[in-house]
Amino acid sequence: MRFDLQIIASWIEPGSKVLDLGCGQGVLLHFLKEKKQAVCAGIECVESKVGKSIERGLSVLQGDINEEILDYPDDTFDYVILSQTLQQVYEPAKLIQSLLRVGKKGIVSFPNFGHWRVRLQLLLTGHAPITKQLPYEWHDTPNIRVISIKDFRKFSRDVGFDILREEAINTINHEKRGNIIKFHPNLRSTYGVFLIGKGKT
Amino acid sequence: MSEYIEHNEDGVSVGLVEKKFFTFAEPPNEMLLENGDKLGPVTIAYETCGKLNADKSNVIFVLHALSGDSHVAGYYQEDDPKPGWWDIMVGPGKGIDTDKYFVICSNILGGCMGSTGPSSINPKTDKPYGLDFPFVTIGDMVQAQKKLIDHLGITKILSLIGGSIGGMQVLEWCARYPEMALSAIPLATTARHSALAIAFNEVARQAIMADPHWIGGNYYAGEKPDLGLAVARMIGHITYLSDESMRLKFGRRLQEKKDFSFNFDADFQVESYLRYQGTKFVERFDANSFLYITKASDYFALDDQHGSGSLVEAFSKAGGKFLVVSFTSDWLYPTYQSKALVQAMKKNGLDVSFCEIEAEWGHDAFLLPNERLAAMVKGFLDRVYSETRH
Repeated sequence: MRFDLQIIASWIEPGSKVLDLGCGQGVLLHFLKEKKQAVCAGIECVESKVGKSIERGLSVLQGDINEEILDYPDDTFDYVILSQTLQQVYEPAKLIQSLLRVGKKGIVSFPNFGHWRVRLQLLLTGHAPITKQLPYEWHDTPNIRVISIKDFRKFSRDVGFDILREEAINTINHEKRGNIIKFHPNLRSTYGVFLIGKGKT
Repeated sequence: MSEYIEHNEDGVSVGLVEKKFFTFAEPPNEMLLENGDKLGPVTIAYETCGKLNADKSNVIFVLHALSGDSHVAGYYQEDDPKPGWWDIMVGPGKGIDTDKYFVICSNILGGCMGSTGPSSINPKTDKPYGLDFPFVTIGDMVQAQKKLIDHLGITKILSLIGGSIGGMQVLEWCARYPEMALSAIPLATTARHSALAIAFNEVARQAIMADPHWIGGNYYAGEKPDLGLAVARMIGHITYLSDESMRLKFGRRLQEKKDFSFNFDADFQVESYLRYQGTKFVERFDANSFLYITKASDYFALDDQHGSGSLVEAFSKAGGKFLVVSFTSDWLYPTYQSKALVQAMKKNGLDVSFCEIEAEWGHDAFLLPNERLAAMVKGFLDRVYSETRH
């Protein structure tokens, strides 16, 4: 399982009710169901991935996360997860607000655009950066939003939600392993993982 | 729907099955129908495959569509040319695994394959009912199925599964007897019949009623309205296919000829196909049953009947788990109708899975071999079965 998913899984208490937005073939949900006895649901837009998830006994529905999230009653879930998808969302603020409406807490992970390799590439080559975490050309990337860890903290203040916990990670070995970065995370980490809660207002 | 299409038989079968009958509502205790009429006695034809376990917790109830019957899988006799209509889905190791589950399928009320319908004998006249048969609804069909389930001593159904009009019965069950339905799989279906679907049904009915042999539904002593029923079936078949599937299956290819005949014979393969389907259908189906069942499907509106116009309200009592499936090329019950179901279930906080399967074969796709559908049904049933045992 991807290292950011391992971090996410470690934050979830056993028996929680979890919604995974963009759940793919349901790797994380399957893990949470088996190891944490979580009650799981997922939304995924690709038919074949939805099929695989349902085959492995998960409750998953096919559709666009931005639309499908609207139908759930308030606080349906303990956690709503958005892993490595925020950078592909057209209206991130709206989605985060929906996420914190249907869930008591949210967990968001994304590739960190503030990583030194990204900065250095742009500085030295003058080209839009291409890294292992963001491997696309500017014209074929699904990642329409570039976010750094600092940006996400500012985003939380702008939109009005709380960051309850954050972990900056540096992944190695096909994203399966990694380490936690405490020193200069915005410069040194490949991903940020944030536990977020509803703002006070 | 095209039950009894040519299957690619995989050689795996549940084996021999037997059609059984259950009769209830003997006068004066007739069954009260939704429109206020009374009907009795009522006979329901049914078949079962697999073994019922000790605590009766492995029951799968299959609900058939317009032209199906209780013969869901297996063979009546060793030398039957074809197995039951959903043999590709129901059997040992299949999507609905008969090594694990006890499968029940019954012929619907109003049908003509063993259950009481317009071709049955009216005890008051000792003649077939014809149009004296009362108008039955999807709700009435489900009410009769409930009597059968009670008779079998079953209190919980692990899963109800059906496509098209069968899917309507699945939904009706969940609204009417929510405490009994632990899970449900409505396939290629809708919560309310659309104007498009009603329109096709009406043209099909008019074709039957315009046949001079129909004589007000009173044809059982003489010639039957075969031509009308065949045309009705042809219309049905157009709605079960799709633009794409007809293009792939037939195109403009000619049937056993090199050039146009310049008469009204079947020149095109698609014409020949429809004629064949029409003639084949009249051998096994009763025209009045066709009229009654299509009308019942037209009347179906789950939101009106169980939610005072609100589909969300209609699912408010349901507590089971759902797997909703639609097919991309189905223009009779398009995906938006399945999505409306999913939305209403979500708004009730229900556990619902949904997949729009990419299939080019139109509405009929749910009856055709489809690995994705079989694998999803299997995965879903295994999950609900294991979750009920915890």
